[in-house]
Amino acid sequence: MIPEIGNFALMVATAVALVLGTLPIVGAARGNVRWMSLARPGARVLFLLVVVASSCLVASFVHDDFSDLYVATNSTHALPLAYKLAAFWGGHEGSMLLWLLILSFWMFAVSVFSTHLPREMVARILGVMGLVALGFLLFIILTSDPFDRVLPAAAEGNDLNPLLQDPGMVVHPPMLYMGYVGFSVAFAFAIAALLGGNLDATWARWSRPWTTVAWTFLTIGICMGSAWAYYTLGWGGWWFWDPVENASFMPWLAGTALMHSLAVTEKRGGFKVWTVLLAIFAFSLSLLGTFLVRSGVLTSVHAFASDPRRGVFILLFLATVIGGSLALFAWRAPKVGLGERFEMISRESLLLTNNVLFLAAAACVLLGTLYPLILDALGLGKISVGPPYFDTVFVPLLAPALFLMGIGPLARWRKASLPEIAARLKWAFAVAVICAVAVPLVEGRWSILVAAGVLLAAWIFGTSLLNLWSRIRPGEGGRMGAKLASLPRGYLGMLVAHTGVAVFIVGVTLVKGYEVEKDVRMDVGDTVAIGPYTAKFVGTSEGSGPNYQYLRGQFDILRAERLVRAMYPEKRQFSAKSEPMTDAAIAPGITGDLYVSLGEPVSQSAWVVRVYYKPFIDWIWGGCLLMAAGGALALSDRRYRLAQRRATADEAAGAGAASRA
Amino acid sequence: MSSSFRFLRFLLPLVVFLAIAGFLLKGLWLDPREIPSPLIDKPAPEFRLESLEDSSRQIDRKDMLGKVWLLNAWASWCVACREEHPLLVQFSRSATVPIVGLNYKDTRVDGMRWLAQFGNPYVASLFDENGRVGIDFGVYAVPETFVIDKLGVVRFKQIGPVTPEVLQEKILPLIQRLNA
Repeated sequence: MIPEIGNFALMVATAVALVLGTLPIVGAARGNVRWMSLARPGARVLFLLVVVASSCLVASFVHDDFSDLYVATNSTHALPLAYKLAAFWGGHEGSMLLWLLILSFWMFAVSVFSTHLPREMVARILGVMGLVALGFLLFIILTSDPFDRVLPAAAEGNDLNPLLQDPGMVVHPPMLYMGYVGFSVAFAFAIAALLGGNLDATWARWSRPWTTVAWTFLTIGICMGSAWAYYTLGWGGWWFWDPVENASFMPWLAGTALMHSLAVTEKRGGFKVWTVLLAIFAFSLSLLGTFLVRSGVLTSVHAFASDPRRGVFILLFLATVIGGSLALFAWRAPKVGLGERFEMISRESLLLTNNVLFLAAAACVLLGTLYPLILDALGLGKISVGPPYFDTVFVPLLAPALFLMGIGPLARWRKASLPEIAARLKWAFAVAVICAVAVPLVEGRWSILVAAGVLLAAWIFGTSLLNLWSRIRPGEGGRMGAKLASLPRGYLGMLVAHTGVAVFIVGVTLVKGYEVEKDVRMDVGDTVAIGPYTAKFVGTSEGSGPNYQYLRGQFDILRAERLVRAMYPEKRQFSAKSEPMTDAAIAPGITGDLYVSLGEPVSQSAWVVRVYYKPFIDWIWGGCLLMAAGGALALSDRRYRLAQRRATADEAAGAGAASRA
Repeated sequence: MSSSFRFLRFLLPLVVFLAIAGFLLKGLWLDPREIPSPLIDKPAPEFRLESLEDSSRQIDRKDMLGKVWLLNAWASWCVACREEHPLLVQFSRSATVPIVGLNYKDTRVDGMRWLAQFGNPYVASLFDENGRVGIDFGVYAVPETFVIDKLGVVRFKQIGPVTPEVLQEKILPLIQRLNA
């Protein structure tokens, strides 16, 4: 019964989305107020219906309803409750429902926090999002219904993919999708603005917080995915340039460019065409990512190759949404005026360079991701593109962007003077050079890569500090503390996010430059020296978790002959059929992680053991979290709250909690 | 002139996207994991395994020499196997060639129960408990199906479920040729 309710809710939602995607948009074009006013209630009803459908799926998982094919494929009786909930997005059908749930959540959010927007704008935005929701609803109902029955019911489910039975995986997909799908708001704003022909600073001001919040979620999502790969895949890697990762990284690059471009559009009225295009790109790349992951063109699972129906559907949908919006762009964008003029050396030109470099980086990732497919389609053979390509292309593209990152925030709008900038930044540069020379010397091994990485990190950190200092320097206009407190949160958010980038670079550089990896055969009692430590293999023991058997190794870690800690890497066997999962033991530290994982057994008691020392690796994720914190800080800027309060004051009563937008 | 030029510039993103979409469309019918099996036109690997139903009975590669046969890797835990299974059962009734099952990383109880429930198209099933023979055959996921000729040479490999199209257009004509 419950799955049928879910199915029914999705069908009604389809009808609602159809109405939402048509009448308000037509109403906005014709000035029909009644049609336009359908947008808000329509979005809220749609959200409610999708919540009902999602709750039905959750209930089916909790009740172990193995007559529901999707539940039977992704759960078992023994699966712990948290993973039964996470199994919601453990497979294709549920992932699509999650996409839809989050899309309708964003629509609901827009319907609540849009009181200050003109009626036409709201109608168009929610209408565009309604059309996207319609596409996903049809896709789910026609090709990927999570409520399909299997009769008679299976006695036992097929279990959730063991790789996904991990706390990180419970939270990672929703975070990622909040980001992915969050770009749909900026996209809808851009399309609405193109339709209405009012691309101005107000449009940019409205789009900005939505873009920032989506970007923040996406940053956290990517960060968690990377951390998950680090501790569950057992290889100690944190980024593999695999198509699924690239699918989330491309929208992030476009979204980063969009955030910066929006700042110019809002503050200076410039870059309108750029901003619209980037808004379309960010969401298009999210959709493309979904297509790449879900259609199986790049990471095929057996079923897809013989059944391209799903792929054809998503591709048609993709062609409609992206093709349609780019056509609209080609038609409307030429009429959009240019912003104010600016000189070669100015904050605008630096941000323009930033746009170009980030977009080029996204294009490189796209090319590398699609290249095997293109060659295959042209019949030129099967190849795979891996880290060598991405490292070679990506680093030279982003290094200049990172260097300019230090200058941009200090340059004046419209016209800046190079000598003045140089004078202000000379000390930061000197300090950066000293660090770049000193760090490799201290670590004891010279490497151009490390020096360059440290140079950039110290440069960004130093210039950010200088920037802050110039704003809070004691002197006229009050004391330091007072000045600091009065700085806009948006500005502080920018500094924090940029510092996050510096921290991230430190992590990447030092791990790449100084990691020690030892893959050794170890028998009980053997020791291996790694960095400052010695690891001793004490032995293995067996046991069982809630729904798996494990084999646990014990390693004593010694430093200068003294026992520092014991580490327990595991091999987990979830069922007879699945490959054993590796659960690495990690001793994290600010200056480096010690990483031990069990490889394959080579005899009765001996194992291939991977013992790694990863200096500063946690800085990678720490940097990402700082970037996200910067985004969150910018969102709390009081001007957004003020705008909201002014708008809500007009309304009689109601959305009091709105200020948290 | 210059205005139409300007217009073209704005059209560029659309053109690039359409080109990408074209490749993606083509890509849907390609299988990135379909790596031509190195076993094609090579002798099938040696094997000697117990039968699933009867642990006292051993099945050997040599037993199958002299006839064209299909080897179908399956498992009770494999959902996609369920999809192709009715087709195999139907095919076995026509009795063109024998199908030998390779029960891959399964348990006897589960495997036999599965066959009892969904029908048994196999003349016999090899019980490959630890997947050793599967590895020799290059099976990396079930189901996979091999066509092996009278001399014990692998002539065709289907990765994933056998579909009616594959059966009609590839496997049956091949069997006819091999049996001719």
